[in-house]
Amino acid sequence: MIDIGLGHYLTLGAIIFSIGIIGIFLNRKNIIVILMSIELILLAVNINLVAFSIYLDDLAGQVFTLFILTVAAAEAAIGLAIIVVYFRNSGTIRVEEIDKLKG
Amino acid sequence: MAHAIFFYVFSTIAIVSAIMVTASKNTVHSVFFLILDFISVSCLFIMIGAEFLGMIMLIVYVGAVAVLFLFVVMMLNVAQQKNQWFLSSQSSRHIPMGLIIGTIIFFELIIVIGGWKYKPELLDKKNSISSFEGISNTHSLGQILYTDYIHIFQISGMVLLVAMIGAIVLTFRQREGVKKQSYIKQISRERSEGVEVLEVQSNKGVKIDD
Repeated sequence: MIDIGLGHYLTLGAIIFSIGIIGIFLNRKNIIVILMSIELILLAVNINLVAFSIYLDDLAGQVFTLFILTVAAAEAAIGLAIIVVYFRNSGTIRVEEIDKLKG
Repeated sequence: MAHAIFFYVFSTIAIVSAIMVTASKNTVHSVFFLILDFISVSCLFIMIGAEFLGMIMLIVYVGAVAVLFLFVVMMLNVAQQKNQWFLSSQSSRHIPMGLIIGTIIFFELIIVIGGWKYKPELLDKKNSISSFEGISNTHSLGQILYTDYIHIFQISGMVLLVAMIGAIVLTFRQREGVKKQSYIKQISRERSEGVEVLEVQSNKGVKIDD
């Protein structure tokens, strides 16, 4: 318990990843919270990569964390833009009422 | 010892705030808990020696992404649309499914972590941190980011550019009834349609119609 190793960080990443997955499934009201759950998942991936990078003494993990950060920022920008446009057109962003594609 | 205490403090804050992100009723509160989550994880990063990434997490996530979320949440006025997933009867059928899938994924990840063995021969020592002994994390990251990973770095810049253009194109709209400057109209104006010479008769004045 006292010696913090790789396993502790990986477990933290696993817990946050699962919380993100559960958040996507459970949240049926607001699509912004689903986007935030995706951010949590990407954060968990970043934790994993950084922990392995430090533990294996290899900087590639941190470089890839940078790229994941880039992709996460781009995804948030595009996703929020789509949400804004959808809200402007239909007046709601509730998950239950978003059924234009009839999926 | 201090490392363990800080790890447990920050990871507890991170996990609790991650739960609150998904469970909070108010969307604005969810965004604030997301910010708290990012801050505590960046503290963890700084603690284990990835200082540059910790600071970048603060700048990019807390400074840009989370504030963007906050803007959108407040702009769309969804704070009133309460986020009551555990009260809605229609959504309650998703709860057991989501919990089952989430716990299955969690235990799979735990099994992977538990069965994972460190193999030294897997390690490529080329980009090793210890090969740049005596220089900071930021310095060594920059040394490989701009050499070995330069193409991926430029492609990620393209990704950001496309995202920026896409966001602008998506949210751009032409409003009706807004007076705007039109260069074409201004340039193509002739003297004959703009200026009129009138003979002003005394005591009559000039009738101006526009």
